[in-house]
Amino acid sequence: MENKVLNKVGLIFENVDPKEVLTKAFNMSKDEVIQQVLDSGLKGRGGAGFPTGLKWKFTAAEKDPEKYIVCNADEGEPGTFKDREILDRVAYKVYGGMAIAGRTIGAKEGYVYLRGEYKFLLPKLMKELDDFHKMIDEIGYDFRIHYRLGSGAYICGEESALFESIEGFRGEPRNKPPYPTTSGVFSKPTSINNVETLVTVMMIIKDGAESYFKLGTKDSRGSKVFSISGDTPTPGIFELELGMSVQQFVDEFGDGDTKAVQVGGASGFCVPRKKFTETIIGFEGVPTGGSMKLFNSSRSMYNVLHNYLDFFTEESCGQCTPCRVGCQQLLKGVEKVKKGESKSTYLNELVKLAETMKIASKCGLGQSVGNAFRTIVENFREEIIY
Amino acid sequence: MINLTINDQKVAVPAGTTVLEAAKSLKINIPTLCNHPDLCVAGNCRVCVVEQKGARTLVASCATPVSEGMEINTNTLKVRNARRHIVELLLSEHRSDCTKCYKNTKCELQALANEFAFGDNIFLDLVEDHSYTIDRSSPSFVKDDSKCIRCQRCVRTCSELQYISAIAVANKGAHQKISSFHDRPMSHVICTNCGQCVARCPTGALTEKTYIDQVWDAIYDPDKYVIVQTAPAVRVALGEDLGYDPGERVTGKMVNALRQIGFDSVLDTDFSADLTIMEEGTELLTRLKKALVDKDASIKFPMFTSCSPGWIKFIEHKYPEFLPNLSTCKSPQQMFGALAKTFYAEKKKIDPAKVVSVSIMPCTAKKYEADRPEMRASGYKDIDFVLTTRELAVMIKQAGLDFRNLESAGYDNIMGDSTGAAVIFGATGGVMEAALRTAYEIVTGREVPFNNLNITPVRGLEGVKEATVKIEGCTDDWKFLEGAELKVAIAHGLVNANKLMAEVREGKSPYHFIEIMACPGGCIGGGGQPIPTSKEIRQNRINAIYSEDENMVLRKSHDNPDVIALYKEFLGKPNSHKAHELLHTHYVERDNF
Repeated sequence: MENKVLNKVGLIFENVDPKEVLTKAFNMSKDEVIQQVLDSGLKGRGGAGFPTGLKWKFTAAEKDPEKYIVCNADEGEPGTFKDREILDRVAYKVYGGMAIAGRTIGAKEGYVYLRGEYKFLLPKLMKELDDFHKMIDEIGYDFRIHYRLGSGAYICGEESALFESIEGFRGEPRNKPPYPTTSGVFSKPTSINNVETLVTVMMIIKDGAESYFKLGTKDSRGSKVFSISGDTPTPGIFELELGMSVQQFVDEFGDGDTKAVQVGGASGFCVPRKKFTETIIGFEGVPTGGSMKLFNSSRSMYNVLHNYLDFFTEESCGQCTPCRVGCQQLLKGVEKVKKGESKSTYLNELVKLAETMKIASKCGLGQSVGNAFRTIVENFREEIIY
Repeated sequence: MINLTINDQKVAVPAGTTVLEAAKSLKINIPTLCNHPDLCVAGNCRVCVVEQKGARTLVASCATPVSEGMEINTNTLKVRNARRHIVELLLSEHRSDCTKCYKNTKCELQALANEFAFGDNIFLDLVEDHSYTIDRSSPSFVKDDSKCIRCQRCVRTCSELQYISAIAVANKGAHQKISSFHDRPMSHVICTNCGQCVARCPTGALTEKTYIDQVWDAIYDPDKYVIVQTAPAVRVALGEDLGYDPGERVTGKMVNALRQIGFDSVLDTDFSADLTIMEEGTELLTRLKKALVDKDASIKFPMFTSCSPGWIKFIEHKYPEFLPNLSTCKSPQQMFGALAKTFYAEKKKIDPAKVVSVSIMPCTAKKYEADRPEMRASGYKDIDFVLTTRELAVMIKQAGLDFRNLESAGYDNIMGDSTGAAVIFGATGGVMEAALRTAYEIVTGREVPFNNLNITPVRGLEGVKEATVKIEGCTDDWKFLEGAELKVAIAHGLVNANKLMAEVREGKSPYHFIEIMACPGGCIGGGGQPIPTSKEIRQNRINAIYSEDENMVLRKSHDNPDVIALYKEFLGKPNSHKAHELLHTHYVERDNF
């Protein structure tokens, strides 16, 4: 396994001349843009890690004259706050990325679905959007971006639930297939990309695919913005080259007493101290949308798990059985075991249930509840029981 | 065609077919719960998950379209474990007091539990953690959230088939539930009481409000004279709850059973259906005359039928500006009720205060209709109790009757005579056909110009049907209609009714007369009919209705001897003052939520 050293990078927040980058992009053919993004190795920065170039290629190949580019700014994963920072500091690069995506896939309109709690950013974002619209009008490119605000539901960060929400319906995930590239918002071919992904595209166009490809590892190219919180002397936003081990990460950000790192938020994986060295942060190890939460020995991993399960029990949309009822069962189950009202072996049944949720839930939410559950129960079993 | 293999068997099916349907074509059964043939795919319950080779997760077979080269396995250990878990999870949030439940032995969750999850519960009971509501506010049905498994069949029914959305999903996660506007009781929202949700609920979460005990009490009360009427659609569906295939007519056995149960008199709603035709047909012709001859601008067209109480409540809520277009005729049930405690009591020399009037209906909205304050023309509650087809089946079982071996029997008189025109009220288009058979003959003195009186353009399961009848050779009284083309339309299922009403609102409706039935297929698909329902089952019931019509000696409402006698002895003529007092009603504007 490749292993890079911890390397701080400054691509995302680097100020660029958007007009220059867009003009460069618009002078390329659509296929050339797609090829650049493919060659860069960029994978979706929301966490799921679908290759961005492929997503665009599929959407571009659809014949429908009406298509959309949607920016997922619903940043709801507990412990991630990087998209807020990106929007606050370089929103014009998000818009630029959307315009490049729009031209590439054939969309004249884009939506930014902004997390409801980020409403305070909206006046500034709208002003910057006006400036952006003026700029692309000057370039002579016909493209418009609209804002839609979420209302606080975690599930609306799931792409198809997000579409439902934009359309004015209850945010519930759809059945797949069809995938968004064929039938997304308003049932039209849609490319939905994370805030950071769109900004990254701006940088790939500006600097070329090659320089981005040089960063990171075989499975995880480039750099990534991390939201670092928990027991750390230096919480905040850091852009790091992908491919470091958890140990290297902890060496930099830990407080000297780190016993576990939750990588990828509540839906991510818990890495215990004994696995720090062998675990790479990236798609070959533990993937993450950016949330990195450090826990030191003063923390009860039961409380951590309980908190996550409580969160999922509230934030499941409630539509499908494994997720709606499964979350409640996991939560109640660990409570009973902790109180001694259920046998500790009941945890084994719950791990099996988590596996069912992973393979039988309708969307990524229910499918990923088991990640934290399994990794915490497996690595900190005694903390759950006693 | 798409080629795939399911459990190592090759199959080729058209593109767009789901894995579930493809499996069915191979006679491979995959259990389902949220899936219903009348509704869009939900993919919620996940009971139907199967393994697809190469896929990261299991896939819901109801929601997954086939693809070329797909390899599906429906019975791997992974699938079985997941399915068991899913059924166990559903059971853990479902108040499983099965032995006392109205749906016991008819519950789809129970059947799945029996297949996949018998024995001790794996998971903890979650019912105790929630405070569930049992909503008994509607006179038609009970909504018990503690038995709800959130499959959303009811929600889809209410929006897709009925265009009402009185119920919808509220809240998320553990608090997710099926609720109404601002959590109001069902009696205080736009619900039409049609019961289509009840007919599609897989568990006991939605059931009709039963009045079986009250009816037994009346029967055993020596002071009461209990009469019962049976709606046309009941006789072609009751058998399904008693072991017969859909579409078996059990009219004679049903009459015998009712008599053995102890009703003092077994009468037929068909009688008052024929009466409805006389009143409504006359009303239509009078409206045409007022509009065309007297140039009375206050007369509204199109005129709408008023037999279906679900439809009445729909228009009261959603299109109240068109209430003047509704026929003022009460439904056959209520005409019967008004006469039972007046004309009938008088003829039979019974104190009307002692008459208990029961009706057996394919409908849950009829329970609501009977409770309407307008329905007390006799000075009493015209209809005391309404039972659904399903409740009658329960009573037949409770009475210990060997239904299959019962002799056929005939209705009592008076108010027991019927014609084929009345029977077809049970199917969509039937009221229209019956009205045309009579109105055409009143105007021209001749039978409708259709082979064997079968007005086929108004029949069938098409959502919206239309027909034009040219009126020629009018008698002297109706010369003003000579050469006129009467345009009619028929809709069943309120989503289809809404299509016609949207046209009316836009001023684009070319019709003179529109028949609307709230339920898919008309009354034979009513919310009180045996469960399950599907297009195929409804078609079988419709076929039975038309064969019942064909087998009748009398097939036109104006030929019904009981109806003729009623006018002669009691009402005078159609739309007379007395007829208006007893047989007509008015409507109420209601909120659109």
